[in-house]
Amino acid sequence: MLKALEGSQAIAQTVALCRPQVVAAYPITPQTHIVENIAKLVADGKMDCELVSVESEFSAASLVLGAASAGSRTYTASASQGILLMSEVLYNIAGLRVPMVLTCANRAISAPLSIWNDQQDSMAVRDAGWIQLYCADNQEAVDTTIQAYRIAEATELPVMVCMDGFTLTHTLEPIDIPEQDMVDSYLPPFNFKRALDPANPTSVGTLVSPDFYSEARHSHHHALLDAADEIIAADNDWKQLSGRSAGGLLSVDGPDDARIGILTLGSVFGTLSEARDEYTELPPTKLIKLRSYRPFPVDALRHACAGLTELIVLERAISPGYGGIVSAEVQMALSGKPDMPRIHSFAVGLGGRDIPLDIYRKLHAAIKVPEPRAFSIIDVEPEKLPVEDHGIESANTDSNQQRSIS
Amino acid sequence: MKTNKRAVTADMLVHLRKNQPRFEGIESGHRACLGCGEALAARLVTEAAGPEVMIANATGCLEIFTTPWPESAWRLPWMHSLFENTGAIAAGMEAALKAQGKPTKVLAFGGDGATFDIGFQALSGMLERGHNVLYVCFDNEAYMNTGIQRSSSTPHAAMTTTSPPGSERMGKRHLKKNILTIVAAHQIPYAATTSVAYASDLRKKVRRAMEIEGPTFLQIHSPCPLGWGHDSAHSIKVARLAVQTGLFPVIELERSELIGSMPIRHPRPVTDYLKLQQRFRHLFNKDDARAVEELAHIQALADHNIKHYCLDGEGMDALDSDGADTVRRGGMRWA
Ligand SMILES: Cc1ncc(C[n+]2csc(CCOP(=O)(O)OP(=O)(O)O)c2C)c(N)n1
Ligand code: SF4
Ligand SMILES: [Mg+2]
Repeated sequence: MLKALEGSQAIAQTVALCRPQVVAAYPITPQTHIVENIAKLVADGKMDCELVSVESEFSAASLVLGAASAGSRTYTASASQGILLMSEVLYNIAGLRVPMVLTCANRAISAPLSIWNDQQDSMAVRDAGWIQLYCADNQEAVDTTIQAYRIAEATELPVMVCMDGFTLTHTLEPIDIPEQDMVDSYLPPFNFKRALDPANPTSVGTLVSPDFYSEARHSHHHALLDAADEIIAADNDWKQLSGRSAGGLLSVDGPDDARIGILTLGSVFGTLSEARDEYTELPPTKLIKLRSYRPFPVDALRHACAGLTELIVLERAISPGYGGIVSAEVQMALSGKPDMPRIHSFAVGLGGRDIPLDIYRKLHAAIKVPEPRAFSIIDVEPEKLPVEDHGIESANTDSNQQRSIS
Repeated sequence: MKTNKRAVTADMLVHLRKNQPRFEGIESGHRACLGCGEALAARLVTEAAGPEVMIANATGCLEIFTTPWPESAWRLPWMHSLFENTGAIAAGMEAALKAQGKPTKVLAFGGDGATFDIGFQALSGMLERGHNVLYVCFDNEAYMNTGIQRSSSTPHAAMTTTSPPGSERMGKRHLKKNILTIVAAHQIPYAATTSVAYASDLRKKVRRAMEIEGPTFLQIHSPCPLGWGHDSAHSIKVARLAVQTGLFPVIELERSELIGSMPIRHPRPVTDYLKLQQRFRHLFNKDDARAVEELAHIQALADHNIKHYCLDGEGMDALDSDGADTVRRGGMRWA
């Protein structure tokens, strides 16, 4: 049944349906409403779990690690500075191959301080060894959260469910929250084979010499690659039950004969999809929604890009001094493909800058160049830059102030 | 009651000891240095705590010397995550066991660095939230695992690799942090200090803490022959002198109130303790006025402890600093 719910409220209700035994979190905008809603569910007796309000994100991540290692299903959520504070523990959780689910309410990183949305936080922990799934809308976030538990527990890998802060967490949408029975039939109780147990004592988190470290890393890497199958299976099975797919590894939306593609992560997909309906005069365009960023679906991406001559990669974070983080990986994934499209790398909507429908038109204009630009922040407003930064290239082709690269 | 007067030979004692069923949480064969106080302390703690426990262990010597993959010295469910999150890992284990309705007690093990310094916040959070965890700090007064750097537990004037003496310095400039008082200020039911030199005191305190439902804390003074620069055969002697001089008060607090202390029968001058250790050798240069001053300063610290914690003994006491290390089979009857 569809209910009008705020994204955070929907996530809290969904987490409750997944029956975690231990939840630990620390408030940070824009994740706060999720934890507050969980606290209310617990207070009202609608959710039966140990909810621990810890003194930091570092302890939140550590606490759920301890709890999961002792055999409980766990949940935590954070964003931005909280994700960075957790980062040492995030690597540790993944390296120990402890399954759990974390919601990242994507937010920019300070300095300058911004509470608004981009995806620099989850990108900063891209290499922590977690599965990362990006959600385009709140229904996807709900369905992905349920699937995440199944994926985590089947693969013994932690899963980070990324949903754009404010754009999703604080937005009211009609959402279908599944019935408890359906979730129970999809998600059996957690049974962690390696749980600590006095009857069968094991030592976890030991020191390894160079004789074993490479092998541990190899296994971890391959576990992530292999998780792709489980991500697909979990989505298919969920579709059987609920009638909805959350997008597998990635999904493609648009006419088969389109020669232009735009690849996105997260909620900007909705904006572009709406814009495409609006600007019908522009050439046919495929929208590629990359849901599984880790594992990175190389084959699915190559398949999705068949027939494209231009591929725009829309970044919601940057690697200063290099440029587009996702673009670099897309470039590598497609390299060697005989009919490889030209790749255009643009960041947009950093630190919550509004992404208007008009961005779609700007993107189409920006790729009409003899050679694709290496990378640019397409919505930067040159008139706001200090004089000394005016030498930089502006990708905004609508602007008369466009300057050449020196 | 009649006692059996049959002569007991040394051989018989050894035999009896070896056959006494005793639970050991840590096996021999680990890689600690000879005479490592921490290794002994951990063995005593796990013996007293028994098998129905789960351990969260911070990064540090104890973690490293017990678990070089693929070997492990632990006979207990044991987990190491990071250096500074042991309080939170233990809290998570406890929350999980509670949710699962299991009676297993959670122990948290950390060195002084993990406890006084980098893991202090996670420890404080765990205590404040009242988790049913016994946190044990193996206090060897420096970061030993990384090669003897000062911690906030390092005593005043001690030499470490980051507090070396020189023309401008006499070792560590600051005082040893009074962690027990800070921990007790969380109003936890039980917080105590003990020392590897007093095994029965240590065991008694572990058993006491095990019975308490709620957060408890034990700080165990554990000499490190390598870091302190003493003969590895003298670890117990050195640890005992720390207590007998008043430099390491053995005390118990309930909800931050002092409820007991180990009296000192004959307070010894601090120099008896300091001179056995290379980390204080710069204090024994008679031509250096600064050394003389520092020795007086350290003596004043010990005198202050004796007064502040009422450590002055009143004659002989079976459980004072000269009696408490005696092994009494059959209990206090023979005291
Ligand atoms: C975040 C972090 N910083 C630094 C270290 C390096 N490190 C490992 S153990 C250790 C010192 C341990 O000291 P202590 O807790 O007193 O234990 P000990 O080895 O003395 O028993 C340090 C500095 C680390 N592992 N993690
Ligand atoms: S360095 Fe010190 S604490 Fe570490 S194993 Fe050796 S004696 Fe023990
Ligand atoms: Mg130490």
